[in-house]
Amino acid sequence: MNNTDKNIVKARHPFTEAFEMFSKNIAAVIALIVLFLIILIAIFGPTLYPVDPFDMVWMPFSPPGEEGFIFGTDYLGRDLVAMIVHGARVSIIIGLSAAFVTVFIGVSVGAMAGFYRGWVEEVLMRITEFFQVLPTLLFAMVIVALFGASLTMITIAIGAVSWTAVARITRAEFLRIRELEYVTASRASGANNFILMFGIILPNALPPIIVQAALMVGSAILFEAGLSFLGLTDPNVVSWGQVIGSNRSYLLDASFTVTIPGAAIFITVLCISLVGDGLNDALNPKLRQR
Amino acid sequence: MALLYAIATRIMYAGILLLAVIILNFGMMHLAPGDVADSISQSMGGADEEVLNEIRATYGLDRPFIVQLGSYIGKVLRFDLGYSFFYTQPVSQLILQKLPATLLLVLTAQFLALIVGVFLGVYSAQRPNGLSSHFVSFFALFGYSAPVFWSGLLLLIGFSLHIQWFPVAGMRDVTIEGNFLEEAIDIIRHMVLPVITLASIFLALYSRLSRATMMEVLGSDYIRTAKSKGLTDREIIYKHALKNSLSPVITLAGLQFSAVVSGAILVESVFSWPGLGTLAFESIIARDTPTILGILFFSALVVIVGNLLTDLTLRLVDPRVRTNG
Repeated sequence: MNNTDKNIVKARHPFTEAFEMFSKNIAAVIALIVLFLIILIAIFGPTLYPVDPFDMVWMPFSPPGEEGFIFGTDYLGRDLVAMIVHGARVSIIIGLSAAFVTVFIGVSVGAMAGFYRGWVEEVLMRITEFFQVLPTLLFAMVIVALFGASLTMITIAIGAVSWTAVARITRAEFLRIRELEYVTASRASGANNFILMFGIILPNALPPIIVQAALMVGSAILFEAGLSFLGLTDPNVVSWGQVIGSNRSYLLDASFTVTIPGAAIFITVLCISLVGDGLNDALNPKLRQR
Repeated sequence: MALLYAIATRIMYAGILLLAVIILNFGMMHLAPGDVADSISQSMGGADEEVLNEIRATYGLDRPFIVQLGSYIGKVLRFDLGYSFFYTQPVSQLILQKLPATLLLVLTAQFLALIVGVFLGVYSAQRPNGLSSHFVSFFALFGYSAPVFWSGLLLLIGFSLHIQWFPVAGMRDVTIEGNFLEEAIDIIRHMVLPVITLASIFLALYSRLSRATMMEVLGSDYIRTAKSKGLTDREIIYKHALKNSLSPVITLAGLQFSAVVSGAILVESVFSWPGLGTLAFESIIARDTPTILGILFFSALVVIVGNLLTDLTLRLVDPRVRTNG
């Protein structure tokens, strides 16, 4: 082996590098595992624990651990474990789909504004500003109250009020990347605007968008919990916030009916935040040096 | 002159935003199932089609869309937000009654969060690997992840059910009536838990940001110069660094107005605080559309004015943004 071979740095796929970086962050890895478990519960839980969360199974306010009810029973004698398990499904579904809506609107608006500039940017950023002025929870409450509290409407409401951050980040990235040489090169070799936007610029703008999308899942879950805590939710579906909202009048008798579902929300969102932090460190090359 | 021009532009934008909010409100009122005639007939116990049409004619609901929109905008600009058939009161009157309680809660919480947040941030920026730094990171994570109504309920369980330090709900005790001082103390006792709950969300944000900006400022050249002049740490931080690290925090605080209103709705609901949030919640449950939209308009107004004031403050404080559009 001669000397020059030693100095050749093997080119690694950026994904491998990000993955290594992420796995160094112990908190993020643990959070990812817990999150994975929560998703498993959301998918298989209702089948593995076939207790109807609306059924009265025992006396109300049975404390956790007694009579075989690990989390106890609520004010209607319903099994809290069943409610948590079924609620996980709603939280995860709403979190993911609302984040999807958010990212879809945000990326479309931000990409157009950053790519076309001029009056398109002006109009789109004014619209973004307009949506930032509306108090998010209040606006979502109004949408849900006026147009019905189905899970679809809740998802749309959350998406409609939270896309602005994604739009701003996407626009900033597009503004930066569109001036880079490889974009000019692609343009010169005949790429049309669509290919430039979504084939060339967007993939390079993805890292901060991915991080923001991860955080959006968390904030959508919090949002849904807030709405259902206030009772603005589909009454035929159990969700964590709704369990807290319906049990809050009985704090003195059974505070666990409020603390346990709240802890479920907290742990889920905490794990998402930690994974988001981990992703941020892994995907942001500027921070890697630190 | 450039400053005046910039201010005038911002005010014009604020006006356009406000107009857009009014139009959105009107559009939603139209899209929502049921109209004023329906709610009046409901409160009368039902009416036939003829009466409904008569009511629609009196309220001008039979006129073309654009005419209705025009008269609606005119009314809102005169702060006539319609009449609530649920509360049997004009909506603007209702809102003004509930406003002081919400302002008291929200402004105190914001003020507390800013002061404590900036202090925590500055303190921990001087010790990047110290205990306080970890505390700020941990607290920020908690603030992001805990549902605000849950942390409120936890405080309620802890400090007014188990240890009975603070009242459970409301803003004042009806049995306490008399001199100003007693009433003020009573209100403060009621305020403690809701204010802490609401402040906790923003405290996390502010402490994290002010720690980051402070660390950046502390690494800059002029701080090194100040150090080499032999100034003490205290002088460097409070006379030189703090001024320059404040403006991102002010910007962020200004952007939080909309989030503060959202947070206040949940916090007011947890502590039965008699403010706009509780009103919003009640009117939504009662499907009282004029009140709901009135509150939406009014909170947007508060946010717009708040943003405008933040912007103007920044221009006055920070010469770097003074003339940028």
